Amino acid sequence: MNKTILDLWVGLFVIVGIAALLFLTLKVGSMNTVNNSDSYEVIARFENIGGLKTRAPVKSAGVVVGRVAEVRFDNETYEAAVTLRLDKRYAFPKDSSAAIMTSGLLGEQYIGLEAGGDSVKLKDKDRILITQDAVVLENLIGQFLYGKAQEGAPK
Amino acid sequence: MLKQAIAHLGNRTLQGVGRIGFAVRFFVAILLHSGTAFRRFGLTIREMYFSGVQSLIIILVSGLFVGMVLGLQGYETLQTYGSEEALGILVAMSLVRELGPVVAALLFASRAGSAITAEIGLMKATEQLSAMEMMAVDPIARVVAPRFWAGVISMPLLAALFSAMGIFGGYLVGVQLIGVDEGAFWSQMQSAVDFEQDILNGVIKSVVFGIAITTIALFEGYDAPPTAEGVSGATTRTVVTSSLAVLALDFVLTAFMFRGLS
Repeated sequence: MNKTILDLWVGLFVIVGIAALLFLTLKVGSMNTVNNSDSYEVIARFENIGGLKTRAPVKSAGVVVGRVAEVRFDNETYEAAVTLRLDKRYAFPKDSSAAIMTSGLLGEQYIGLEAGGDSVKLKDKDRILITQDAVVLENLIGQFLYGKAQEGAPK
Repeated sequence: MLKQAIAHLGNRTLQGVGRIGFAVRFFVAILLHSGTAFRRFGLTIREMYFSGVQSLIIILVSGLFVGMVLGLQGYETLQTYGSEEALGILVAMSLVRELGPVVAALLFASRAGSAITAEIGLMKATEQLSAMEMMAVDPIARVVAPRFWAGVISMPLLAALFSAMGIFGGYLVGVQLIGVDEGAFWSQMQSAVDFEQDILNGVIKSVVFGIAITTIALFEGYDAPPTAEGVSGATTRTVVTSSLAVLALDFVLTAFMFRGLS
């Protein structure tokens, strides 16, 4: 076979292959893996994190602003210490609050970040003080039944 | 009788170990003699045409059909739980993480691996390799190493094409044919598929598979008895061994890559 045609085919093959890789990277995956360089970490403590996992999104007003970097159990306070890696582009007031929410009824769990009113912003390694635990379905049902029972109690 | 059986077993074991040792030395020899494959890159390009470009049709068509089947089957299952929008995640995740690298590697082993073994085996049977040595041309550097690097370069490209084609197939069936919402299909896929965790690991897998398949194919060809039967037996062994190696390696790699993901 002619050498130029052969080279042409191989070149075409490489270009199409790299295009497929780019397609996978840009269109299928998202490059929103927050890098270490342009992110900062804050810690939030929860009494119960439910089914929260590492790499779960951190959302504020519904927009993904970071990801959960680490979930750890603190053996001194018996709480869960969750490290959030937030994008440097977004700064939050120091008195912001973090809550563990569920997308949909049975969807994945994520952390909802609600901005506070403080003029001082959160810095790297800061701690979010106001947190709200995950809603555990069993507890919710228990509370509901308890409430119903009280309602029906003779006065 | 028993003594004979035990001796037979011992003989087989020794032969097996010897072959593995020879294969490892062969692999190291390829790496050491790779200089020519890069200095005269034309040799590698020529082999990339035979193992890469000529595998394109089978890879693209199978990718499309695998993706379309995933779209149909995934929709059936997800529909039961009322979450058809997750179809994009299902198709993309299964293709990028597993099916893309593995099925492309299996196809590559049977399409290109067998051809490499037959070619090298025949070269050996017709004493072309010995002739090269007589002319002070190192057959490993001139014949084997370019084929090795061509396979290692082609494999990840083929796997990426397979995945991309499969996702397109899933899109065709899911969105165009069944009518899953297009925005949800892509956006859910994008939020779930991670670059490092999924795509990069898929590429690493396919590179490892490429190394394994081409090494096995080249070794079987180089080691084949120089007869017609020997070459045909070696070709069969290439397909069987490299397919098994791909599946076993896939398990090991997956166990390493996705272990800490709970």
